[in-house]
Amino acid sequence: MIYVIGIGLKVGHLFLMLCCWIVSVISMNWLGNGGVMDIKTDFLGDGGKLWVNLWEKISGNSFKVHHHYYQYIESKRVRKTWWWKLLVIWVGFFIIVSLWVYWYMSSQAVEKRKETLASMCDERARMLQDQFNVSLNHVQAMSILISTFHHGMNPSAIDQRTFARYTDRTAFERPLTSGVAYAVRVLHSEREQFEKQQGWTISQMDTLEETPVQEEYAPVIFAQDTIAHVVSLDMLSGKEDRENVLRARASGKGVLTAPFRLIKSNRLGVILTFAVYKTDLPSNATPNERIQETDGYLGGVFDIESLVEKLLQQLASKQTILVNVYDTTNLSNPISMYGSNITDEGLQHVSGLNFGDPFRKHEMHCRFKQKPPWPWLAIMTSIGILIIAMLVGHIFHATVNRIAKVEDGYHEMEELKKRAEAADVAKSQFLATVSHEIRTPMNGVLGMLDMLMDTDLDVTQQDYVRTAQGSGKALVSIINEVLDQAKIESGKLELEAIRFDLRAILDDVLSLFAGKSQEKGVELAVYISDKIPEMLIGDPGRFRQIITNLMGNSIKFTERGHIFVTVHLVEEVMHSIEVETESSSKNTLSGLPVADRRQSWVGFKTFGQEGSTSFSSSSDLVNLIVSVEDTGSGIPLEAHPRVFTPFMQVGPSISRLHGGTGIGLSISKYLVGLMDGEIGFVSLPKIGSTFTFTAVFTNGCSNLNEQKEQHISNQSSAVSSDFRGMKALVVDPRSVRAKASRYHIQRLGIHVDVVCDLNHGFSIIGSGSKAINIVLIEQEVWDKDLALSTLFASNLKKIDRGFPTKLFLLTNSIGSTRSGIPTSGNYTPSVIMKPLRASMLAASLQRSMNVGNKGNYRNGELPSLSLRNLLLGRRILVVDDNNVNLLVAAGALKKYGADVVCVDNGKKAISLLEPPHQFDACFMDIQMPEMNGFEATRRIRDKEYNISTRIQHGELSAETYGNVSSWHVPIMAMTADVIQATNEECSKCGMDGYVSKPFEAGQLYREVSRFFL
Amino acid sequence: RHRSRREQAQIMEVGQLQRKFVDYTASLFCEGFLDAQFTQLQQLQDESNPDFVVEVVSLFFEDTEKLLNDLTRALDQQIVDFKKVDAHVHQLKGSSSSIGAQRVRNACIAFRNFCEEQNTDACSKCLQQVKQEYSLAKNKLDTLFRLEQQIAEAGGAVPM
Repeated sequence: MIYVIGIGLKVGHLFLMLCCWIVSVISMNWLGNGGVMDIKTDFLGDGGKLWVNLWEKISGNSFKVHHHYYQYIESKRVRKTWWWKLLVIWVGFFIIVSLWVYWYMSSQAVEKRKETLASMCDERARMLQDQFNVSLNHVQAMSILISTFHHGMNPSAIDQRTFARYTDRTAFERPLTSGVAYAVRVLHSEREQFEKQQGWTISQMDTLEETPVQEEYAPVIFAQDTIAHVVSLDMLSGKEDRENVLRARASGKGVLTAPFRLIKSNRLGVILTFAVYKTDLPSNATPNERIQETDGYLGGVFDIESLVEKLLQQLASKQTILVNVYDTTNLSNPISMYGSNITDEGLQHVSGLNFGDPFRKHEMHCRFKQKPPWPWLAIMTSIGILIIAMLVGHIFHATVNRIAKVEDGYHEMEELKKRAEAADVAKSQFLATVSHEIRTPMNGVLGMLDMLMDTDLDVTQQDYVRTAQGSGKALVSIINEVLDQAKIESGKLELEAIRFDLRAILDDVLSLFAGKSQEKGVELAVYISDKIPEMLIGDPGRFRQIITNLMGNSIKFTERGHIFVTVHLVEEVMHSIEVETESSSKNTLSGLPVADRRQSWVGFKTFGQEGSTSFSSSSDLVNLIVSVEDTGSGIPLEAHPRVFTPFMQVGPSISRLHGGTGIGLSISKYLVGLMDGEIGFVSLPKIGSTFTFTAVFTNGCSNLNEQKEQHISNQSSAVSSDFRGMKALVVDPRSVRAKASRYHIQRLGIHVDVVCDLNHGFSIIGSGSKAINIVLIEQEVWDKDLALSTLFASNLKKIDRGFPTKLFLLTNSIGSTRSGIPTSGNYTPSVIMKPLRASMLAASLQRSMNVGNKGNYRNGELPSLSLRNLLLGRRILVVDDNNVNLLVAAGALKKYGADVVCVDNGKKAISLLEPPHQFDACFMDIQMPEMNGFEATRRIRDKEYNISTRIQHGELSAETYGNVSSWHVPIMAMTADVIQATNEECSKCGMDGYVSKPFEAGQLYREVSRFFL
Repeated sequence: RHRSRREQAQIMEVGQLQRKFVDYTASLFCEGFLDAQFTQLQQLQDESNPDFVVEVVSLFFEDTEKLLNDLTRALDQQIVDFKKVDAHVHQLKGSSSSIGAQRVRNACIAFRNFCEEQNTDACSKCLQQVKQEYSLAKNKLDTLFRLEQQIAEAGGAVPM
């Protein structure tokens, strides 16, 4: 049991070490061969020490490990063979370990067996020896008896009969002796007398004949009945007996013969002989003295074979071992005394036997009867270890394979990803190229159509051309969208940062959609919070693109009601979130219910982190929030998640109905993202949608003073200052709409009051507290009660305080005004078409009030004036190094009536454009030798800026500079390469736009109209 | 009213010439010698500027011949100054596209690509190509102007 536990502990220890090794191998396989060798030497040592070493190494080399790891990632192949080597070493090592365990355990078993055998053998030998000694002592006691009663008494007290009887009765005390006999020493001189006395002659042992004459004789006189036949035999005549007798009398101790076949039983036996002396000899008596004193010899016959047999039968487990007893007096030829004579090579133990005769040596040889059993425990243990090691190796192998596989997979994926990305880039590039390639001829087509429009066409033809033009423009805008998308996908879309006027941009966009909204009868309005600075720095083009896109969508899907664009500061909206609860569904621009726009920015992060640093008022950033609200058909709920996904439209029927590529919103989302903003929407089917986005711009007015100044100057520059100080009254029951109207009127510098009905309005005018110059009435109010309206109008006329109070109707579409516009009282109110824009409003007011007859202000729709009207009489400078180009450009501009001056390099242009000059515009080639167009423009701008500031500071008198205080000649780039001439580059160096070469009328018109309208 | 024979013949001649002119112009567009820009150029010509096209094209010939000479010289140099070559070709490309000489322009585009690669041999080949295209264009345009002139001399109007 203890043995088994011991083995168990050993196995446990081994297993522990095995675990250590696994851990160490896994974590340290990077350390190189040396590391592994270290572990191996450690492994044979103490497990604990190994742990310490291990952790020291791991911690010491963790950096190295990482370093190695990344190196190895590249040399995967090297690492693979390395793993393989490790695996083979691992398996080999554990085969050795398991063999060693087997050997160790089986040797332990053998050792154990040996010990068992030795102890058993020794036990038997000792018992045999003890029993023998008991008999020996008895025989010796008998010799004392003989010496006492036979020789010590005269006459003898013992005769043969007495002896036989005594010995017979005491035979139980000598269980090992088959018989005892006493021989007396007879000298030759005493022979005759002795023979006479005994009545028999001394006979020889072998032949049983009379003994020939000898010096002395040792005839047996007494014998136990079992060996009565030996009486009268001369002991000195037998070879063994003689030797025995002689040795016994010389030594005085019990002496044994070599084993021999007993005469009668024919069994192996030995004879023990004791000498009987006449006197009690001292222990140090010499052999000669002993011989002299010898009286006779007592011999006992020991049947060794039965002796051992009897003995073994007394012992347990007699079957397990085989016992052999040898007389090894003669070492080279031991005599077997007991046991079968099998000589097998198996395990054998030899125990010495001491029968009290120093001359004779005896040995007991023991061996197991059975062959040793198979060492199953050892086999199982070693196989177990081997299996565990193999399993670990397998796991290891599998892991490595798995890792390699995963890595291969990863590399493959990487490769595929690269290819996919390359393909994507190629796709985008292809898209860009194709779009560009389509755009170029399309420009040609549009240009030709423009020219065609200028020719003499009848109405039908004009209609055809207009349709073709519209289609072409639509196509170009789609292509531009695709181009944008391609740019976004290739990450090439970047925003520019230039100063711009947000309000002007929204006016522009409004103008763009004015026609369509009037046509549809949809009210269009813009409201921009006063808190937003006049000038912002950002990308106006892209901002405009977002707004245009959202408004375009709105107008597409809205058949009635309104589209309302509001622009606020994020801070403003945030603070009013709680307040603005009164915005009931009724209080909208057109009175139709709308989707609650607050829902559209619910998900914005900006609002989540209220009061965060991004709103620090001191910062120069302007956070705009723009909402585009419509009362259109709304977006079906199921389409909500993919509104911003490129090329996704609500349904196939939508694209059929409304056209478009479906990438506008995704582009917008991306652009909003570029502006650090977010976009969201809320949409209720049948009610409408509201899209809201935020965008971050930089304040274009660096400080407050400047901001105010700018405010005034901008207003005065945008519109005439003729209206400043005037007062207007807006009659509108809807506060939202009134607010939008007020915003536009206020931009003209007019003070605005809002009342909700005519009665109220009249009481204000009638009270005379304020001098009202202008009254603007919503058409809806006017139409509601025509009688009242007429009364209002005539009353208005009656109150004459030295200046006329003008009456205006604000209307959505011409068609919607009732035919019965009051003419009674000879008072026809002027009609102002919505959408309101500052410039258009100013023009309308001027027209009817006859103030400032500059004629510069036109009704806001795109003027249908031809390029000729635009360019007629304009002085234009054309700069190009290429004479042919110069001639062609000049020719083209001249054709439209412009007064063209040509120069062939930038330097000349700079000197010509040095203020004061008479040029209205400049077209400049970009790629010119010596000084390119960008550089020339930059210098011209520098000069202009210089002079303007000096005039403003009064250093230069304005008169010398033609009373123009701020010089800025529009410069447009001319380029054949549309890609090269990015808006960004042009605006960076102060150019105002670009036209592609060769001139295309439409584009030329678009660019030129920005300055000459 | 009776027209004299001579007049009638003249009218017929003018008609023929006009037809020929139209066909010839069409063939120039068809074969890609000219593109829409040339049409634009023609449209820029009006009473106030009656010889606009001829003026522009002559200027083009003049410039181009100078540029081609410059180019030939530049490419003959031991060390070719590709920047200079590129500038010349750019000029040529600009003016050829301005008058709508499409094939010259296309040749220039190819030329510029090789300029970027700084491939002297290919550039020389391209120069030959451009020269060839130029002389072709020049011939065609000269013929066209001759026809125009004949029409004008015959008293007809040049059809647009």
